Amino acid sequence: MNLFADAFAWILNPGNWEGRNSIPQFIGEHLWYTVLAMILASAIAIPLGWYIGHTGRGRDIAVAATGAARALPSFGLLFLFVMIGGVANRDSSVMIVLALLAIPPILAGAYAGFEAIDRRVIDAARSMGMTERQIVARVEIPLGLPLLWGGLRNAVLQVVATVVLVGFVRNATLGYPIVQGIQINRFDQMLGASVLIIVLALLLDAIFALLERYATPAGVRAGRNRDHRTSSTRRRAAGGATPASTEKEMSV
Amino acid sequence: MFTARNKGRFALVAAAAGVSLALAGCATGDPLDDTTDPTTEPAEPGTSESITIGSQGYYSNEIIAEIYAQALEAAGFEVNRQFNIGQRDAYIPALESGQIDLFPEYTGNLLQYYVPDTEATQADEVYAELQVSLPDGLQVLDQSSATDQDSYNVTAEFAAENNLVTIADLAGVEGLILGGNPELEERPYGPTGLADVYGVEVSFDATGDATVDALLQGVVNVANVFSADPRIGENNLVTLEDPEGLFLASNVVPLASADLPQDAIDVINAVSAALTPEGLVAMNVQSTTDELSPAVIATQWLTENGLI
Repeated sequence: MNLFADAFAWILNPGNWEGRNSIPQFIGEHLWYTVLAMILASAIAIPLGWYIGHTGRGRDIAVAATGAARALPSFGLLFLFVMIGGVANRDSSVMIVLALLAIPPILAGAYAGFEAIDRRVIDAARSMGMTERQIVARVEIPLGLPLLWGGLRNAVLQVVATVVLVGFVRNATLGYPIVQGIQINRFDQMLGASVLIIVLALLLDAIFALLERYATPAGVRAGRNRDHRTSSTRRRAAGGATPASTEKEMSV
Repeated sequence: MFTARNKGRFALVAAAAGVSLALAGCATGDPLDDTTDPTTEPAEPGTSESITIGSQGYYSNEIIAEIYAQALEAAGFEVNRQFNIGQRDAYIPALESGQIDLFPEYTGNLLQYYVPDTEATQADEVYAELQVSLPDGLQVLDQSSATDQDSYNVTAEFAAENNLVTIADLAGVEGLILGGNPELEERPYGPTGLADVYGVEVSFDATGDATVDALLQGVVNVANVFSADPRIGENNLVTLEDPEGLFLASNVVPLASADLPQDAIDVINAVSAALTPEGLVAMNVQSTTDELSPAVIATQWLTENGLI
């Protein structure tokens, strides 16, 4: 009896693909929690990060707070919130915990994206007569996008992995077959659900990797090789360009 | 950085796959089985006096296990406590392999584990069938009169509104949500059993430890609560009668290795004789309300009953 084979048998069993507690239902719920938490976290973290990045105000606090927030134990936090909010509000509690987890990397991506911009570019925009609003909208946001996508990518990985905890408070998401499997000693469903979560995480990561590369404005990508800033390694890291892709762009 | 990050990620995936394969390679059942762990080496009854006692991850069960442990210690045995192991599916293999010698169990649930389609429902029938259904190497000692079994409960208001006395009365109620531990969904007395035996259709909500709260807050209408749970009385919950015997009678019974020494058996049988349903609920109250530790509760109970 091979455990890995059992896990794949569980995944491939047609009985697990329909009806109550089906794999599609679990995947759908898993994605639903992930997407909702990401939207909630982005709605808070992106504007805040842009504000911090543009003005430089509250940067120290943001750095300290995001660092500390990364150390929060999500499991303990979830039960604390469910205890405070009651079972009736457990979905809100779950969302808050997931969003809290996703905010630090998104916030860091948002303000680091602004900070990584060559100051001379912003000075140039200002000397052209752009208003602060125009500088943010037309210069800083587009140029900061690559790092922001990187932050979102980190956040979505953390969230998709942590949604498993939902299985402890309700029968939903791919966490449920794992939590239930522990109690009834069903290792096939535990490992099967884990494999599905890994696949989901890799898929989401791949999607965000593509977004990171292609959802960046053409001008930003084109401008990358002509970057003559002194600390060029950092700039390249900010752009997320591989040496290979840079060469390709140059040959074009 | 992009490539470095990808490399890191790839390494992680590769490592995870490696571990999984390693696990799969040697797994014949429980991949987390720690039979090689020297700290849980099986005691050898007969050759030494050390008795390993296990308990479920359920406070009431742990109290009973602690009572067994202290009673045996008072009788001069050396006891090794392996408490908080989890559910039946997790610890029965350890009992069968001789890693654990003694475990507080519940007759009905234990019988259902070995004979899922058993038709016994009354306490004596269950106990009699249990005695012949256990695998070689395991035995049950005398059952106590204390019961702690699954039961379906509703709030007093909900019972009054829908004239509920027995589980069968639920059949006419629409949109029922049953709350309980995640494993309830897969148990014979869970949603499937409700539909088959009583024609009651329910949806299921895995409310886990918050099941009673979920019932009181109206998240679920019917809750699976253990009958010795003091919160049934504290919250005026109505336990629905079970005329068709969906739940088996479940008396507290010591499940023991077949070669447990006779003088240890005598000690445990004396404990079972003294353990009453009221006594068990009272101890559960001491745990949930007074927040006393199992060890303190066990010592008190044994002293009050003149067993130590």
